Amino acid sequence: MRDVAIVGAGMTRFGELWESSLRDLFVEAAVEALTSAGADHLDDLYVGNMSGGQFVGQEHLAPLMADHLGMAGIPATRVESACASGGAALRLGYMSVASGMSDVAMVAGVEKMTDGADVTNVLATAADQENEVYHGITFPGLYAMIARAHMAKYGTTDEDLAWVSVKSHHHGSMNAKAQFHREVTVEEVMSSTMVADPLTLLECSPVSDGAAAVILVPLDQAKKYTDRPVRIRGVGQATSAMALADRRDPAALDAVAKAAERAYKATGLAPKDIDVAEVHDCFAIAEIACIEAVGFACEGEGKDAARSGMTALGGKIPVNTSGGLKSKGHPVGASGVAQAIEIFEQLRGEAGERQVEGAHTGLTQNMGGSGASSLVHIFERV
Amino acid sequence: MAGIVGYGAYIPRNRITSEEIAKQWGKDPGSIQRGLLLKEKSVPGLDEDTITISVAAGRGALERAGIEPGRVGALYIGSESHPYAVKPSGTIVSEALGVGPDLHVADFEFACKAGTEAMFVALGLVEAGRVEYAMGIGADTSQGAPNDALEYSASAGGAAYIFGKEHLLVDVLETYSFTTDTPDFWRREGEFYPRHGGRFTGEPAYFKHVMTATERILEKTGFKPKDFRYVVLHMPNGKFPLSAAKQLGFTKEQWETGWIVPQMGNTYSGSSPTGLAAILDVADPDDLILITSFGSGAGSDSFVLRATELLPERRDRAPTVRQMLDGTRRYLTYGQYAKYREKIIVND
Amino acid sequence: MPSPRYWREVPNRYRLEGAKCADCGKVTFPARHVCPDCRSANMEAMALSRSGKVVTSTVVRTPPDDLLMESPYAVAVVETPEGARLMVQVADCDPEEVLPGMEVSLEFRLIRKEGHGGIRCYGHKAVPVV
Repeated sequence: MRDVAIVGAGMTRFGELWESSLRDLFVEAAVEALTSAGADHLDDLYVGNMSGGQFVGQEHLAPLMADHLGMAGIPATRVESACASGGAALRLGYMSVASGMSDVAMVAGVEKMTDGADVTNVLATAADQENEVYHGITFPGLYAMIARAHMAKYGTTDEDLAWVSVKSHHHGSMNAKAQFHREVTVEEVMSSTMVADPLTLLECSPVSDGAAAVILVPLDQAKKYTDRPVRIRGVGQATSAMALADRRDPAALDAVAKAAERAYKATGLAPKDIDVAEVHDCFAIAEIACIEAVGFACEGEGKDAARSGMTALGGKIPVNTSGGLKSKGHPVGASGVAQAIEIFEQLRGEAGERQVEGAHTGLTQNMGGSGASSLVHIFERV
Repeated sequence: MAGIVGYGAYIPRNRITSEEIAKQWGKDPGSIQRGLLLKEKSVPGLDEDTITISVAAGRGALERAGIEPGRVGALYIGSESHPYAVKPSGTIVSEALGVGPDLHVADFEFACKAGTEAMFVALGLVEAGRVEYAMGIGADTSQGAPNDALEYSASAGGAAYIFGKEHLLVDVLETYSFTTDTPDFWRREGEFYPRHGGRFTGEPAYFKHVMTATERILEKTGFKPKDFRYVVLHMPNGKFPLSAAKQLGFTKEQWETGWIVPQMGNTYSGSSPTGLAAILDVADPDDLILITSFGSGAGSDSFVLRATELLPERRDRAPTVRQMLDGTRRYLTYGQYAKYREKIIVND
Repeated sequence: MPSPRYWREVPNRYRLEGAKCADCGKVTFPARHVCPDCRSANMEAMALSRSGKVVTSTVVRTPPDDLLMESPYAVAVVETPEGARLMVQVADCDPEEVLPGMEVSLEFRLIRKEGHGGIRCYGHKAVPVV
C-alpha cells in the first residue's frame, strides 16, 4: 500500500443554488479541484451521490460527470451510502491510489436537492423502508428518537442540543461557502419551529445543493502538485443494524464508534492526537452522539461539549469549524468530501478566520442514514 | 343447537358532540338533542375503517371464544362502508385474525342490516354442519352528508359474533327475517353520501319492518315481551327504537342497556349488533334477549337468544362496550371532525 | 406502494409474526432468515404479543407528503414482552404524551394509502394503555 495525499480541492458554495443543475455543480467543483492541483488528467473518478435518481431523475452519474468534465473514457464509479456517500467515495479513491491502480484520482460528492422532489420522502429511503418508513418516520424523526433516548439515558437537555447549533452557526458565519452566515442564540434555537420533538428547525441541517471534489495522488508524487499536500493517514469504515429498533441502544452510534476504532488502529493515533475534526452533525443530537463515538467526549458527556466551548474554535478539540452540516449546508452526497476539504484547508493553514492554530492532525466522520454506515478518515499535515 | 361462542365489539375513541355539529350549521343544539336524543357520536380516526373495526371486534370475539382461529370456517362482514368498491374487506380481516385460509369469505351490504345478515348466514352454516365455526361481523364508518340530519348520528363501530355448536355463551332460540322493497334510503355508486326519503324512512320503512319482524318472531316462539330481560332494536337515532319498543310493549328496563345510541351514534351495520354486545356484557345466565335490526331498502332480522352459564365467565376476556363508551375519549372540534372524515379537499 | 411489495409483508404487518432464534433465543421482528446476534439459520416463527412499552419516541411534524393529514403524529420504538422491538405510530392520544416508558397495546390500523386509487396499506399502531 502506498501513502496517499490530497493535493487539490474544489467546492461550490452550499445552499439553494437555483441556477445550477446536478452536473453544473459537479463540474464547478471538479474543475476547481483539477486547477488547484494543476492536474491535467485523471486515472480514476469516484462520485459520491445519494439519490440523483430521486432528486432529479438521474442515475448512472459516473459517466455523465466524466463526460461533462471533458474526460469521457476514464474509469468512473458512482458511490452510494446515503449521506455517507461522499466519505465512502473518498475511501475508494484512497484505495485506488494506495493500491497502485491509479496515480491521479478524483473523489467528488454532489447532490441537487432543491429541484422539487419530496425531500422528506427521498431522504427517508436511507432508513428501513419496510419497517420504519412505512410507519411514517422521517429523518428528523429518527434523530429525534435518538435524542430522546440520549436524554433519557444521560440527562441531555433541550438546551444542550441548542448549544450545538449556536456553535455551528458561529463557525459557519466565518465560512464564505456556507449556506448560513448568521449567528443564532440559544433562545432562537429553542424557540424555532418544532420539526420532530425534541428537535427544532435550527437543530436540523438544511436542504442544500452543492458539490465538493478532491484530487488524490501518491504521497511521494504529491510535491509535483503542491508544496502543502495533506496526507490521508488512514480510514475506518463500519456498519450497524439499519433500523433503530434493531440497535443495541438507540442512544448509541455503534457504526461510528467502530469506524473510529478502525481508523485509530490503522493510524496508531488516539482521540487526543486530533487537533481539528468535522463530524456528521445532520442534527444537533448527531454531533453530541458522534463526538462520544469518536472518543472526543466520554459516553454521555458529549452534551456538555458545545456549551463548555470544548468543541468551539479555541477549545480543546474544535469540531465542525466549517459550520458543519448544520450551518455550512448538507447536500447529502457531497458532505463527506466537503468535510475532507475543511480539514485539508485547516491542515494547510488556509482556513482564515476559522483557522485552528497549529493544526497538524485532523479527522472527518461521515455517516449514512440514522447512523447505520459510517466512515472516519484521519489526515495529517506533511 | 347452535349459538354464540364468542363476541367482541369496537368503538373508536374519537367523539364529536351533537352540540358541536349543531353550532357549525347555526342550529339549536337543544332541539337536536331533544329531537333525535343524541348526545355525541363516535368518529373514526384517519386510520380506522370497516376493516380495522372488524379486526378489533373479531379479536375480542376470538378471545372470548377461546378457540383456535383456524377452526373458523366462514367469515362474513356486513357494512355499507367497505373501503374498497371491488376487493373484499373479509380477506384482509381474515388474514389479520389468522382465521384463514381454509375459509369462506363474503362482504355483505344491506344498509344498516348487513351486520345481522352476516350473523344470520354464519349461524345457518353452523347449524347446517357445513362449518364448525363461523364469524359474522357488522361494522361501519357511516356516512352522513354535512348539514343533514344524518350527520348527528352517522358514527363508527362494530361487533363480531362467532357461532358454533359447543360451549355456547348464548343459545340462538329462533330467527326471523322480514324483507320488502322500500326505497327509503340509498347511495348510488360513486356518491359520497347516502340520500333518504325524510319522513318516509319512518312509518313505512323503520317501523313497519322492525315491528313486523319483532311481532312475528314473538308469535313464532310463543314468548311475550315481558318474558325478555333485554331488547335491542336498530338505532338510527335515539327516538325511533324507543317509540318502537313502547309500541311493542317493552319497558325502559328492557331496552336501556342496549340503547347505546345517545353516546355512540348510529354505527349502521354495527348498530344493533353492538347494542347486543352491550347486553351480553351484563346479562345473567338464562336471560332472554331479543334483537331486531333494520336495513333500509328494506328489511329486518330478529333473533331470540338466551344467555348460558358460560357467558359471565367469558366476558372479561375482552373490553366491554361500556368500557369503550365511557373510557378514553377524544372530543373533536368540527374542524378536526371534517379532517378525520376527509371532508377537506386537498390536492393529490 | 406496489402491491406485491405490500402483500409480501402481510404476516408481520397483520399478525405481528416475528421469529425466534432456536440457538440463542434472540427474537426478531419481522422474521429474518439469519439471526442477527449468532448468525444461526435456525429461526422459528413466533407471533408477538399485542402489547409493549415505549423505548424512545418522537412527534413527526414535518411528514412526507402522503401523511400530511395525519400530522402531527407520534412514532415510537416499542419493545414487546418477548423482547422484540418495532417502530410504530402511537395513535388515539395527544402525541406529546408519548414518552419512553409508556405502556401501549398494539391495534390493527390503516397505515397509509396509495393516493386515492391505490391499495390501502394496513398494519399495527400502538395505543396508550390507560
